[in-house]
Amino acid sequence: MVSGNPTLERIARGNALALCATGAWTARFAPVLERMVADAEKLGGTRPNIFIDVSRVSKLDTFGAWLIERLRRSLTQGGVEAQIAGLSANYSSLVDEVRRVKAEPIVETDRVTITGMLEQIGRSVAGVGGTLVGLIEMLGAVLAAAGHVLIRPRGFRLTSTIHHLEQVCWRAVPIVVLITFLIGCIISQQGIFHFRKFGADIFVVDMLGVLVLREIGVLLVAIMVAGRSGSAYTAELGSMKMREEIDALRTMGFDPIEVLILPRMLALVLALPILEFLGAMAALYGGGLVAWLYGGVDPEAFLLRLRDAISIDHFIVGIIKAPVMAAVIGIVACVEGLAVQGSAESLGQHTTSSVVKGIFFVIVMDGVFAIFFASIGM
Amino acid sequence: MAGEISDAIIRVRDITVQFGKMRVLDGLNLDVKRGEILGFVGPSGAGKSVLTRTIIGLVPKLSGRIEVFGVDLDAASAAERRGVERRWGILFQQGALFSSLTVRQNIQFPVREYLNVSQRLLDEIMVAKLGMVGLRPEVADRYPSELSGGMIKRVALARALALDPELVFLDEPTSGLDPIGAGDFDELVRTLQRTLGLTVFMVTHDLDSLYTACDRIAVLGNGKIIAAGSIADMQASQHPWLRQYFHGKRARAVMG
Repeated sequence: MVSGNPTLERIARGNALALCATGAWTARFAPVLERMVADAEKLGGTRPNIFIDVSRVSKLDTFGAWLIERLRRSLTQGGVEAQIAGLSANYSSLVDEVRRVKAEPIVETDRVTITGMLEQIGRSVAGVGGTLVGLIEMLGAVLAAAGHVLIRPRGFRLTSTIHHLEQVCWRAVPIVVLITFLIGCIISQQGIFHFRKFGADIFVVDMLGVLVLREIGVLLVAIMVAGRSGSAYTAELGSMKMREEIDALRTMGFDPIEVLILPRMLALVLALPILEFLGAMAALYGGGLVAWLYGGVDPEAFLLRLRDAISIDHFIVGIIKAPVMAAVIGIVACVEGLAVQGSAESLGQHTTSSVVKGIFFVIVMDGVFAIFFASIGM
Repeated sequence: MAGEISDAIIRVRDITVQFGKMRVLDGLNLDVKRGEILGFVGPSGAGKSVLTRTIIGLVPKLSGRIEVFGVDLDAASAAERRGVERRWGILFQQGALFSSLTVRQNIQFPVREYLNVSQRLLDEIMVAKLGMVGLRPEVADRYPSELSGGMIKRVALARALALDPELVFLDEPTSGLDPIGAGDFDELVRTLQRTLGLTVFMVTHDLDSLYTACDRIAVLGNGKIIAAGSIADMQASQHPWLRQYFHGKRARAVMG
């Protein structure tokens, strides 16, 4: 069908006016059509009678039909006797269809206002308490599920736990070792560079040992695990929630905490100390390497100094923190995963907040541990 | 077998689609006539959705030719392809509504992207489309997760129709609807086809839809079209699967 550009000609017939629509009144030309109709609407009141002649319209779709209907309504409202004429049988049902449309504009419900923004801030602050309660609830639920499994060991999901252990521990080893190795190198290089100014090169070993074993090792690994595995847990549980898989489990008489969350938590709690140990060793190795190549501290001297500088306490302080950090990351990730609502956007938001909150709580816990160990003299 | 039809809106020739070692479609030929409602049936797993997705271009084919609106989709330039895509609408099996957009935004999305029209017209067209699929304007500000299964199908159809396409693909439009809802949906497809002059390519399992909505039926089996024709042709066919399908217990119940 050949369809030319649409037009709306005005032809005066005595006292009446005919608006002659021609060409294709279709979606493609919608912007042009809208302008033409807006112009024609201004004719309201100039004549008592206006015919909208559509007999020469070559093609009509919902857009065109609606704009003709809009013109008719607007003219009628202006007190003009407006009629549509020359409608072909093909299109009459379409015009009837759009005639049923109620045109009152719908008000957008969500509008950005200052009070709305203040309300949002207030709700977020009040939400902090809710977050803490949620975390404690989840901790309780996980412990209860663990207790249940202890009483009835057949309910324990070994395969699932091993699977998650592979995901969060074994597959994380290369990246964790690489990054901690590099950080060890950097600490060592910076230490030597600055300590050399007052001839204290050798003390870089003390700094490296204490820093890596007590703080950097565990913090760095915990942050990496929060980003790597915490986000994965949230996304997995969240999409299961969206597709009603968690509801399905519940209706079959299984406890989602026991089936889904306990194996994940356990895998994480086992994985983090292992990764922490590997990470700390890699960092010490990297630091030692740089100290040797860049600072001229040969490996024997490095090891001798390391043995003097650090005690087993430093190592214990680091390794004790690891499972606690793992539990915090796991709990946060699972709470966020179960909080996902129906939309993809919600999944993204909760995954983000899982990582952000996970890292935040890891650092807070580290501070709490620092105070605790200082006061017991470790 | 589908013969050569001059005014075919979709022309599929010798299509072969293979996943790994499994040949799903094997030299399939199909024509869809302008203005008809074609019902597409076949056993589960026969490749009905695969054919639909191959025509739309979501599944790569091993060999064959697909023409839609007379445009060979393999030879078409990106601009020609976009032109074709603007003229068809697709209703996915699960609706595939954008979950982070409201009903209003979902329906307006394609219009906003393709046409430079005012917000007022966007809203009015959205209300018109909602009306066409039998929904009230009040649902416009709901999110897909707040809709029932039937409403999701209707909104998805409204979105598929947003740009007034000439051709719509419906992938199991009535699955998951109650019989009354499914009947309404068939009626709706019929009405829309009449008012908008649509061509409809409908994958379905619903015998009621075949009887009430479809002009012509094509049957897929063993990677080929094993039969195509009117409902009477199907009933007269001696093919074992067709005999079972159209003369089984459920078919007798539909025919009354």
